[in-house]
Amino acid sequence: MTEPVLTMSHISKTFGPVRALVDVSLTVYPGETHALMGENGAGKSTLMKILSGAHSPDPGGEIFVDGKPLPTGSPQVSKEYGIAVIYQELSLAPNLTVAQNIFLGGEAARAGIVNRAEMREGAQKLLDRLGLDFRPSTLVGSLSLGERQLVEIARAMSRDAKIIVMDEPTTSLSSRETDKLFDVIAGLKAAGVAVIYISHRMDEIYRLSDRCSVLRDGSYVGTLDRKELDADRLVKMMVGRDLSSFYKKDHTPTDTARDVVLEVEGLGDGRFVRDCSFQVHRGEVLGIAGLVGSGRTELLRLIFGADPAAEGRVLLEGREVTPKSPRQALDAGIAYLTEDRKGLGLFLDMTIRDNIGMAVAERDAGGLGRQNFAKARERAKKAVEALGIRTPSVRQTVGALSGGNQQKALLARLLEVQPRVLLLDEPTRGVDVGAKSEIYRLIDRLAQEGLAIVMVSSELPEIIGIADRCLVMRDGYIAGEVTAGPGAPINQEDIMFHSTGAVGEKQKERAG
Amino acid sequence: MTESTPRNVVAKRDQMKSVIMALGMLPVLILLAIAFELLSGKFLSVNNISIVLQQASINIVLAAGMTFVILTGGIDLSVGSVLAAAAMAAVIASTWPVGWLGVPLGMVVGLLFGLANGAFIALLGLPPFIVTLGSLTAVRGVARLMGDDTTVFNSDLPFAVIGNGTFLGIPWLAIIAIAVILMSWGILRGTVLGTWIYAVGGNREAARLTGIKVTLVLLFVYGMSGLLAGLGGVMSASRLYAANGLQLGQAYELDAIAAVILGGTSLVGGVGSIWGTLIGALIIAVLSNGLILTGVSDIWQFIIKGLVIILAVALDRYRAKGEART
Repeated sequence: MTEPVLTMSHISKTFGPVRALVDVSLTVYPGETHALMGENGAGKSTLMKILSGAHSPDPGGEIFVDGKPLPTGSPQVSKEYGIAVIYQELSLAPNLTVAQNIFLGGEAARAGIVNRAEMREGAQKLLDRLGLDFRPSTLVGSLSLGERQLVEIARAMSRDAKIIVMDEPTTSLSSRETDKLFDVIAGLKAAGVAVIYISHRMDEIYRLSDRCSVLRDGSYVGTLDRKELDADRLVKMMVGRDLSSFYKKDHTPTDTARDVVLEVEGLGDGRFVRDCSFQVHRGEVLGIAGLVGSGRTELLRLIFGADPAAEGRVLLEGREVTPKSPRQALDAGIAYLTEDRKGLGLFLDMTIRDNIGMAVAERDAGGLGRQNFAKARERAKKAVEALGIRTPSVRQTVGALSGGNQQKALLARLLEVQPRVLLLDEPTRGVDVGAKSEIYRLIDRLAQEGLAIVMVSSELPEIIGIADRCLVMRDGYIAGEVTAGPGAPINQEDIMFHSTGAVGEKQKERAG
Repeated sequence: MTESTPRNVVAKRDQMKSVIMALGMLPVLILLAIAFELLSGKFLSVNNISIVLQQASINIVLAAGMTFVILTGGIDLSVGSVLAAAAMAAVIASTWPVGWLGVPLGMVVGLLFGLANGAFIALLGLPPFIVTLGSLTAVRGVARLMGDDTTVFNSDLPFAVIGNGTFLGIPWLAIIAIAVILMSWGILRGTVLGTWIYAVGGNREAARLTGIKVTLVLLFVYGMSGLLAGLGGVMSASRLYAANGLQLGQAYELDAIAAVILGGTSLVGGVGSIWGTLIGALIIAVLSNGLILTGVSDIWQFIIKGLVIILAVALDRYRAKGEART
């Protein structure tokens, strides 16, 4: 075999106490399309950021490009060594032309004066080579997302990239655009360029990759050759881990005879969520799994009335409520925990007392809208006690708390409205392990008290640990449902199958 | 927040911090007053202080309204024009049979313009800067229209006492200004609406997701700013016995915004206090008065005032950063 174009060996990366990567090695050959797979948070993006120079690896790790050691930690140096990353959030200037964007930063210029003709010509050559049919003088702003991605690839080629990293490039593409992208990748391959392709979609991996490496929890699991590729095997490699005991599930699992609290009928927004229907029972924890971008957050926001629904209904205890605003949802008894507590949840400059009491301040108010501070303090103190929020005083500003305590404060605010339905979006994101287990206990307790809980999570062990049933979303639809059997937990592999759209051997067996 | 730090010590430290924060620009105000006294020898006379308060009063009232708006992360550039329109309405109405009605009428005119701003911003979602920039121009035109582009007089103004009388030796203008500050403080710190105003400014989307009536809050703050600009118009008319749609209130919005910023209220919203605004407005008034007393030409007054505003805010930023680090 030829010499590898890229060798990454013994790469580790720690962020404070978090070990994002542990001794990962990866070898990529010229002209190879190398798929990189793993769950959200497995370390794929961190590894690629080290390659692109955005992060430095911990001492001990080495990267070789064409046999030469790559000085790490500098995006500029990585570029010079021929490494290009096509990011999910595109980095093009929409107000400039295709040619200008391709040569941005490396303009054909003499004495500071840009030679437009030369630039246009160079751009045209590149576009021809890639088989792209738009003109160099087109404004990037008028191109579709897929076309912009192709411009990014052209830009990488203009710098003689040897290794191009694509991080889930097809998430926002139509199938026609995806086909075009795959044609371009085939062209790159023929030209000897190595492509590192990150994706969650099995069908793309099958179609494109020569080899496929899997990461799990920051560690390298293994690499499969094209002929070894097999959905069952890949899923096992991505998932295979023990569930620790810190999930708490004392509430009795779903008893379908119990009252339905929340019923969602054909709900959709016409964009990210389509025709979603399900029921949640009293005292049940319903998990919603799926890949990032599959419409989970959007579904919760629709139920909560944070975004307008284009179709469908929301029923609470048999009565239609379909909230048009968060306020209507809260009044009806539906509360929503955002996945972005700092951006969309908390008032960081305000006190714990004000944050916890915010949703019920109006209810407690005296004449002329006078705020009932005594009541607010009382509520906050009780909540701090009940949820174990660690703070010297309820007059502390929320911004000064740790992530876990902030999350508990936000949960406390929701619980003050005494909801009957709790919509939780990534309830333990950015929370340390101790607070995580406390939040699981709280969710369990609330279910025992009879709340209907819907929990979106990207962490499968979390869903398996505390949910009774799990819906899996893909491309805005509910792709499947996985139920915990008597004595058997929710099957993690089933969830992965539904969310990636892979049809594995097991599924075939069951169908047959 | 370690175990070794007893609760009361932390609480005391927090208290100290909030006292220092609340003091804000007060030391600057005091230093300026002492400096002008040393330079002129007559700044701190009872008579002069009374003049300063009178001069500051209209800006205090406008800046109070501006504080509500800026706390939500907005801005109201139209207050000077609204003040002119309200003053015109007040003087014109003062010649009618029940002349006192000019006072409430002027305020209602201000309130209506403010609510119109609020409606564009809250209901149509237009940017506050654009909406109030538009009304800055449009309402100025309305003010000129009201008096056929002339100055309207009433030498027998029934409510002239507001602008020229005193109560127990204190000018009525100053008393009104202080009353407005107290009322604003009551709303901002004592009512649910006040908490909502801070919440909307601190994180508008979070406020919506918490069930806060964001539309109502925005209508309220722009309505309040308009109402107080209307009151400022009445105060101004009663002081002058006259109103001119073209000149009255020109650039007043800038002094009001400067007072709010000097007072430590963040332009981003969510952080600030009405007492800071009071001190900010007083600093501006002390500067104007003191520079005149010390015989500085009015050209230099502009330059010095501008620089002091920039310096004071720079100082404030520096201090806030220092605190964040500890």
